[in-house]
Amino acid sequence: MSLVEPAAPAMKDVQQAKDAVLTPLQRFLADFFESRIATVAVSILATLIVLAVIAPWIVPQNPYDLAQVDVLDSRLPPGTKSTYGYTFWLGTDGAGRDLLSAMLYGLRISLAVGVMSGFIAMALGASIGLLAAYVGGRTETLIMRVVDLQLSFPAILLALMLIAVLGKGVDKIIIALVAVQWAYYARTVRGTALVERRKEYVEAARCLGLSNARIVFNHILPNCLPPLIVVATVQTAHAIALEATLSFLGVGLPQTEPSLGLLISNGFEYMLSGKYWISFFPGIVLLVTIVVINLVGDQLRDVLNPRLQK
Amino acid sequence: MTANNQEPTLSVRGLRTHFFTKAGVVKAVDDVSFDVRAGEIFGIVGESGSGKSITGFSIIGLIDPPGRIVEGSIKFKGEELTTASEERLQDLRGNRVAMIFQDPMMTLNPVLRIDTQMVEAVQAHQSVSRAEALTMARDALAMTGIPSPERRLTAYPHELSGGMRQRVAIAIAFINKPDLIIADEPTTALDVTIQAQILYEAQQIAKKTNTGLIWITHDLAVVSALADRIAVMYAGRIVETGKTDDLIGQPLHPYTAGLIGSVPSANKRGERLAQIPGMTPSLLKLPDGCAFQTRCPRAAEECKQPQALRDMPGGRMVRCCRPLVAEGVA
Repeated sequence: MSLVEPAAPAMKDVQQAKDAVLTPLQRFLADFFESRIATVAVSILATLIVLAVIAPWIVPQNPYDLAQVDVLDSRLPPGTKSTYGYTFWLGTDGAGRDLLSAMLYGLRISLAVGVMSGFIAMALGASIGLLAAYVGGRTETLIMRVVDLQLSFPAILLALMLIAVLGKGVDKIIIALVAVQWAYYARTVRGTALVERRKEYVEAARCLGLSNARIVFNHILPNCLPPLIVVATVQTAHAIALEATLSFLGVGLPQTEPSLGLLISNGFEYMLSGKYWISFFPGIVLLVTIVVINLVGDQLRDVLNPRLQK
Repeated sequence: MTANNQEPTLSVRGLRTHFFTKAGVVKAVDDVSFDVRAGEIFGIVGESGSGKSITGFSIIGLIDPPGRIVEGSIKFKGEELTTASEERLQDLRGNRVAMIFQDPMMTLNPVLRIDTQMVEAVQAHQSVSRAEALTMARDALAMTGIPSPERRLTAYPHELSGGMRQRVAIAIAFINKPDLIIADEPTTALDVTIQAQILYEAQQIAKKTNTGLIWITHDLAVVSALADRIAVMYAGRIVETGKTDDLIGQPLHPYTAGLIGSVPSANKRGERLAQIPGMTPSLLKLPDGCAFQTRCPRAAEECKQPQALRDMPGGRMVRCCRPLVAEGVA
């Protein structure tokens, strides 16, 4: 009895010592995976990403290769055997494409467009926001009024206008999405950077004789990252949804390379004739993708928000 | 006393730093002159708003608009800093002139490791490899008496205590072996026991490396134990300078006397602590003549005249027409 009792506080010390040696990344991961929902969301997201990346090697049919697509196979219900021997597990669409293959390829495009435009918009928006916060004065006013102007337009309207001017294609879609989204990043970063630049470590860095570029990118930017990561996650989900919307409206990606939105649009006309699967499955995948990204974003916000920290 | 014959490391003459605000011109620093020699610790004492921090920032050229140095000269090793280019100042900052700040919680970047910040400080001014810079960082940390410097290098600021962080800040200040360090209330945010240790370490390093050290503080007790010479500032002006022992032992200016009288000490236990009546006047509406006259027990009609810094015996100077010791002493 007397031997056991002192052991308990010692164990606690060991635990505290363990906490102390955790790097910020380890602590962040531990906090993040505390939530079961977030853990599930991350695993689903990871699965979707992996499936999208390895799609060319796992799908039974290359939906972009017209030689492999037989129009006689069009609109077959899920589970039908193809003339080539494999099974259309999720049926086929109006052009005779295997829906599973088309969906994985579509997911690939949707994710790629979302991530690419998110990344470019973040780099652009964050730089502009940092510039505004650090330079201040008239430059800041001008930049932030442009941001306000940009944000006052509905995203879909602006994207439609840009696509109308630029034309179709993956690169055009990305340009349109970046144009729509950079302002969110700029505003977020500028707000955080305004707070950070008044902190004493910036003054201390100036007293060390560090250059302005170094102070902005090595000292202020890393401190702006937490809100930026959250915005980036949510905006990537928005970008995917917006791309799907544009494709659904028929102004996004070309018919020959369908993204999820285009697949939904292709099946839309058959919805009422009982051929639900053409729109239904891509719709589910799109919904799940956007929901899990938002759930991950929510958890990131909870973990990275200093005010909510225990 | 050979040090007196050398050219001073820093020589400030007639410095005026004013802030042009909408409410009027704030004369934060108004006609300040002093010298700091190599290896000397120079204390600047004053209450909040007396211009002591602005004096420090003026030297290192970091006065942001609406503030600006309107007059005076700052000579650093013979080089005029008030007219120096921004590139030259950036080159001097952290290299030849370093700064230590009040709050060690705030002056280290929270997301960067100590080694990253120290290596950056070295590589900003010296072209050395990362490995060499790391060695210098470890040596600098060891010099400040930090326990197991090797391990502190890979720590993040939040993993260190306040005292340790201030040691890191001091190590960063000394890392490029500067000629002058400006310490702006570096011990104010620390526990008294840690404060004493930091004071001791800073003093030792400054003497050992022959670095001039300007110690800015509101705490007369701190500088009286540390500094070789002291300047007392009030409302943007130096009201008295002299060797520490002279100034503490026999203050000339009534304000200095008031400050010394208000330091709590053991032999005054149970008595009401002496205080200076009134409060610091707004820098926007200073009285004509002596700024201290509204609170001064010795104020007289002649105090309304502009006061110049007068030489007193023993190399002392005082800005008072009615100093506490009669002029006849000389």
